[in-house]
Amino acid sequence: MQLRLALPKGGLLAETKILLETSGFDVHHYGDGSRSYRPECKNLPGLSLKVFHEKDIPIQVAIGNYDLGICGLDWVRELTVKYPSSALVELRDLGYGKHDLCVASSGLSGISSLSELKDYDGDIRLASEYPHMAESFAMKLRLKKFRIFPVWGAAESYPPENAEAVLVSCSPAKGGLLDSGLISLVHVLSSGACLIANRDSWERKDVSPLLNLFSDGDTVGVSRNGEDGLEAVSDSSHFPVSVPLRSDSGVVRLALPDGHQQKPTVELLERAGFDVREYTAGMVRPDIGIDYLDVKVIRPQDMPLQVANGNFDMAITGTDWLREHRYRFPSSPVKEILNLGFGKVRIVAVVARDVPVSNANELRKLLRDGELPSIRVVSEYVAIADRYAGDKRLSPYRMIPSWGASEAFLPEDADLLIENTETGRTIARHNLKIIDTLFESSACLIGNVDSLAECNKVDKADSVVEAIRHSLHNVR
Amino acid sequence: MVMDVRKCKGTHDLLPEDMVRFRRIEGAFNSCCSRWGYREVRTPLIEYLHLFTSVGTLTPDMLSRVYSFLDWDGWSGERVVLRPEGTIPVARLYVDNLGTGGPERLFYVGNTFIFDETGEKSRERWQCGAELIGGSNPEADAELVLLAADVLKRLKCGTVQMKLSHAGIVRGLIEAIGLGQGDEIEVLDRVLNGDIGVLREVADKEPQLHDLLSHLLDGRGKSASFLKNVKAAVLDVLPGIEASMNNFIRIAELLDVTGCDYEINLSSARGFEYYTGFIFQLYIGERKVGSGGRYDALIPLVGGGDIPACGFALYMGQLMEVMDNGGFDKAPESRVLLRCADDTVRGYKACFDVAMLLRQRGYVAEFDLGDMELSRYGWLILLSDSKTGATFVLIDCDSGKELGLGSLDEVFEMMEKAKCS
Repeated sequence: MQLRLALPKGGLLAETKILLETSGFDVHHYGDGSRSYRPECKNLPGLSLKVFHEKDIPIQVAIGNYDLGICGLDWVRELTVKYPSSALVELRDLGYGKHDLCVASSGLSGISSLSELKDYDGDIRLASEYPHMAESFAMKLRLKKFRIFPVWGAAESYPPENAEAVLVSCSPAKGGLLDSGLISLVHVLSSGACLIANRDSWERKDVSPLLNLFSDGDTVGVSRNGEDGLEAVSDSSHFPVSVPLRSDSGVVRLALPDGHQQKPTVELLERAGFDVREYTAGMVRPDIGIDYLDVKVIRPQDMPLQVANGNFDMAITGTDWLREHRYRFPSSPVKEILNLGFGKVRIVAVVARDVPVSNANELRKLLRDGELPSIRVVSEYVAIADRYAGDKRLSPYRMIPSWGASEAFLPEDADLLIENTETGRTIARHNLKIIDTLFESSACLIGNVDSLAECNKVDKADSVVEAIRHSLHNVR
Repeated sequence: MVMDVRKCKGTHDLLPEDMVRFRRIEGAFNSCCSRWGYREVRTPLIEYLHLFTSVGTLTPDMLSRVYSFLDWDGWSGERVVLRPEGTIPVARLYVDNLGTGGPERLFYVGNTFIFDETGEKSRERWQCGAELIGGSNPEADAELVLLAADVLKRLKCGTVQMKLSHAGIVRGLIEAIGLGQGDEIEVLDRVLNGDIGVLREVADKEPQLHDLLSHLLDGRGKSASFLKNVKAAVLDVLPGIEASMNNFIRIAELLDVTGCDYEINLSSARGFEYYTGFIFQLYIGERKVGSGGRYDALIPLVGGGDIPACGFALYMGQLMEVMDNGGFDKAPESRVLLRCADDTVRGYKACFDVAMLLRQRGYVAEFDLGDMELSRYGWLILLSDSKTGATFVLIDCDSGKELGLGSLDEVFEMMEKAKCS
């Protein structure tokens, strides 16, 4: 019988690989520097394997594309807390990838306990990579007024200025809260790698040959401490750090990117005459030597929204993420101020190489002729992909949001991919082909037109923009 | 390729015969409310989620099933919802627009949305609601019961059973049981979600509470006297519920003198998220067709002054199930089909003119588009009939009897005569 197992990339990969090997799976091309998304299991020919971003695995298993999957319990609960009828069965705690999720705040915000959060007199902004769990937490705590900021990462950077609380991983192995100066208010979930099954597969299909291979671990249920999200913890993790909470008046707040845009951003700022310090991996608050500039590091994907909602005045991100934001929120006050030239990628439409089409019109013809019943569109850029599918009249289509490694979805689990590419080589390597270029993207400086027009900010912001503009001209 | 177009899971189409019943309920409700001095309002379908979280009265279970989303300008993270219920938006409307403190009698007809994962219940529900804002007297509570009864009587949809309870007494009971604060919220949430049995579970652990709970939850009464008896039996153990008890007795006395039949059943209280006092539920057979009660804390929670209020809602989906069309659809004899033998523009002009005159006289007039089902009509009128040469031929669709007539006045005369006979 054909069985399908979804495996995680990223943080859980190394230990999952060890687990598979010790459990008797003869797995090749998983990890070891292999860029394949389709490992092979030599001793189980009926088993097909696919590698996904961990967060995508519960969804792929729930919709029945895979019989079994391995991922963190945190991502399983993030799905099931919002969609309790998801067809998922939690089978087994695999004993690794342990970390706790907690709701935390900065002691400087005046919230240092759960009761203080509950009684906080004002709007509570909750930033998290786990927006559904954060919303469920807020509702169970009966917070009167709250806003959830879903973020791609770096949630711990948000308090106290940009969020009152965060729902984050708080285990020492994951960096803990110490470095970010947060106080854990409540333990929400003990997470770890777990084995999950599609409910229908579990009820109808014999998956026991696979299960027998996995060594006996604890059942998942054993480690569900505090899953209701309201178990208060002692304040033993109370490490207030001395981040001065500045008066907002006249301070221009700038967000800088982490990840691969970091290096060219440092070079740009230095060329513009800024003295850049403490802008390295893991550092939240770089210093660029200007006292009226408050600088923080967050994910480029999150920047347009954070600039729009007034958490920052300016940010360096990509035009791809700006466009994604403006498609979602057409009247947003975020505008591009400068195109910075670096980080050039093309946003392209991609299909599997053997699909007999070379452009979107031909793809539409396949639909019209009934060769394809519908199109499954996968992308990290949900709004851009949605707009593209609509504009090209690829109806009926269904959007599959993804959190990375989206090439893995084609051809089995999606038909069309909207993705960025520098050279097109990765796409070609995965047996895919580009059928359209949507637009070109590069790094840009964005700003909130409303907040930058405030009289105590306008001159300062202008001088920063001018310095950067000048440096761009010098390069050219 | 044929497109596969289906309606969303958990939703219902209202077909023409459903709409007849729908409008009949709405009509009876509007007319009763207007005569009782209530004024119609309508709130937007979308509201901020904050409105419902800030009152803190909806249970997390209810809130987690609300349809919420970020609007096109929702970059601030402020979510909007499809209204999950009708009273809180009306409370907001009152505070925003009318909150001068004087009594306001308001009513509305609107739909509400709540997710139901089984797909068995409808995710969109229509309700007729009335709210009496600014009246704290038991007379106000009694008025709402009598208004609801008046509407149901007018709809002639069967015998209505009324179950009465009191949130003040149930809350007093939970407090008196003396759970820890966390447990108390959990017990209250379970009671609010309809699980009043949780109180019995608690009582089983404390045998001394057993008798008390059986008096309060298991007893059924038919008049104010029953409540006086219960009060005498439990007041020494539960002195905290005296005010609620007296309030309940007074409302029951008012209903007694108006001849209103009811059953007092304290354990019938469920889903009373924001109710603080008297609660009533209306049943036809096994079907719950409406409920209401007093919610004195709501207007202050929405940001208005310390203004008491009470209200009720009738569930249109449930009511439609127990109603027939009741002949409210236009009777076939008033429906006329027009067929014109002269297919020139002039011929149709004549047809349009006849149709207009028929409509002015209260008939439903339709043009024949071919293949019309004659049994749906009382009359067929042929214009410029070439076969008989008559200007008008009037055909009784029921008997098939034909009559050639020379003028429209003669046609009307024949139709009116038939109506009278």
